[in-house]
Amino acid sequence: MKNLAILAAAVVLMSSFITAGYNVGDKAADFKLQNIDGKMVSMADFKSAKGFIITFTCNHCPFAKAYEDRIIALNAKYAPLGYPVIAINPNDPKQVEEDSYVNMQKRAKEKSFTFPYLIDETQEVTRTFGAAHTPHIYIVQKSGNDYVVKYIGAIDDNSGDATAVKEKYAEKAVDALLAGKPVNPSSTKAVGCSIKWKS
Amino acid sequence: MKTISKAGLLFFICMQTLVSAPVKVVNMDTLLQETTAGKNDTLYVVNFWATWCAPCVKELPAFQTMYTKFAPQKVKMIFVSLNSIKDNATVEKFAKQHDLKPEVLLLDAGNPNVWINKVDTTWSGTIPATAMYRMGKKVYFHEGDFTEDQLKNIIQLKLSEK
Repeated sequence: MKNLAILAAAVVLMSSFITAGYNVGDKAADFKLQNIDGKMVSMADFKSAKGFIITFTCNHCPFAKAYEDRIIALNAKYAPLGYPVIAINPNDPKQVEEDSYVNMQKRAKEKSFTFPYLIDETQEVTRTFGAAHTPHIYIVQKSGNDYVVKYIGAIDDNSGDATAVKEKYAEKAVDALLAGKPVNPSSTKAVGCSIKWKS
Repeated sequence: MKTISKAGLLFFICMQTLVSAPVKVVNMDTLLQETTAGKNDTLYVVNFWATWCAPCVKELPAFQTMYTKFAPQKVKMIFVSLNSIKDNATVEKFAKQHDLKPEVLLLDAGNPNVWINKVDTTWSGTIPATAMYRMGKKVYFHEGDFTEDQLKNIIQLKLSEK
């Protein structure tokens, strides 16, 4: 009987682990993570923002690299409209040296990132959001003091070739939010590199 | 002289083909057709990977070992690369260098938001991922890597199921 209870508890624990993370419509908790300039960054710091394009990305993943220029373009287009990009590196640098804080600083400089590039050292924010891979984006809308998740998934439908993109999912989502319309689709899938969790 | 150079060119082309046969490119429907259409009792083990994916490359030897172990049984293993189709030569070279025994295919399936769900609706799109098919339908899906024992156990289990 006792064993059964332990098993049941384990199953509950496991399923809560699997389903962890935000769904569209959930309220996202604010975070406080270190930027490449050493300063701590939270969503609350952006007083005039209407929302955020939170992008889990990293240095080493070829899919993330393929999207770097498109993430820069997203920020250039939508930061002035109230939806800046906040990039978060979710990976444990002990697993992948290329994703270390120093290498993040280096990459941001090389690519002239115009948005914060934060390190999630404890990986708690990544776990709370439920990011599965890089790149993985969450578009949140500010509503009073809340940050409501409006879109989860891919930036667009073609990682390999930016010129062959047919569906710009992220842009479509922010455009809908700016126009006060429902986001459709509100979640999409893409191939990506697994999050490198601390062992 | 002209004939000789033509023959030389032909020989060169032939050698090129022998040395580097490009990896076969498939779309998702063709892949699913191959693994399910026959409705036979062969267990199709389809591993989604990429040359640049470290955890994928790490688990390849487990698949190689199981390929050999289950060779006498009705198991067909397929390595489906999610490298860009522009990287055909890279995949081909990798397959040769690592002496990959199962068939290697390169996926060109268009919008991932459509084809990922065709493999499994629970798949987030992270690789490695492995799907198994038997008797014309999917019998197993796993997102993440395998140890050799885990892979062996699941193949044995799926082969034993009626």
